[in-house]
Amino acid sequence: MKRNKKSLSTASKFLLVVFAVYLVAAVIDLPTTKNAVINFLEMFTKILPILGVVVVVMTLANLYFTKERTTKILGQNSGVKGWIYTIATNVFIIGPPYVLYPLLGNLQKRGMKDSLLAAMLYNKNVKIYFLPVMVYYFGLKFTLIISIYIILFSIITGKLIEKIIN
Amino acid sequence: MGGCIHLICKMNKMIKLKLSFLESVQMIKTALPIMIGILLLLNLVKIYTQEYYTTLFSGDPLIDPLIGAIAGSIYVGSPITSYIVGGELLAEGVSLMAITAFIMAWTTVGLAMLPLEAKCLGKKFSIVRNIINLFSAVIVAILTVYTLNLL
Repeated sequence: MKRNKKSLSTASKFLLVVFAVYLVAAVIDLPTTKNAVINFLEMFTKILPILGVVVVVMTLANLYFTKERTTKILGQNSGVKGWIYTIATNVFIIGPPYVLYPLLGNLQKRGMKDSLLAAMLYNKNVKIYFLPVMVYYFGLKFTLIISIYIILFSIITGKLIEKIIN
Repeated sequence: MGGCIHLICKMNKMIKLKLSFLESVQMIKTALPIMIGILLLLNLVKIYTQEYYTTLFSGDPLIDPLIGAIAGSIYVGSPITSYIVGGELLAEGVSLMAITAFIMAWTTVGLAMLPLEAKCLGKKFSIVRNIINLFSAVIVAILTVYTLNLL
């Protein structure tokens, strides 16, 4: 409880510093600062529903991923199944990575392997929902090639990160 | 007796659900001030930097992806945003290698979000992950474009 209060205080201090930066920016250039605030509000309005979904997913994940189950599926001895599970799950997860940090932090506390955590964050570009947009801008061939490399490198970098950390 | 056990089981499930929900809300609440602060900062910086994006790239097969990866590393966001920005940059003549590195770094490296990531996933993990993914973005960009040219 005491630790939570301390971390919240640090976070709030950071937010206050940002407000101070905005105050200075507004004094120097009010129209640009106003634009930045409008852009932020637009972005934040888009993120809010995603955060709502994250809370729901996290609640369900907390119920499903008990410490024992997380260790079994995504833990140290999860093996090839853990990798398949991570890559396959990630293809369907929506939203920017930073809204998922709390969810992943929760899974990490419950025993998820660092390599799988890194792989999950790496595979953000292979999204079923967004692939048509990539195909539209860069073509099908490019999309297929980069998707294969992303999946391959998610495993390589995941293993490397875990090795360095441990 | 059976009904009583059933009721206790149901109550137990409800308590578990409530605790899980409160735990989730607490995690979001802790992350929210940093998330808001960083998004505010990014929007301010973005306004001043976005017009210089096209003048950064020279066509060099090694320097371009590196610049692309560094440019994509500053911010971390939804992949769809990077596709749209990348598509626009491609139309303006920026090399595909640079854009590929930019797209890769956009979702896998996030210097601006590092404090939030470190808070949720640990300092060491976040720093190591971001450094490795920055170099990996360059390698994947080079490999993707060379493979594309070969096929």
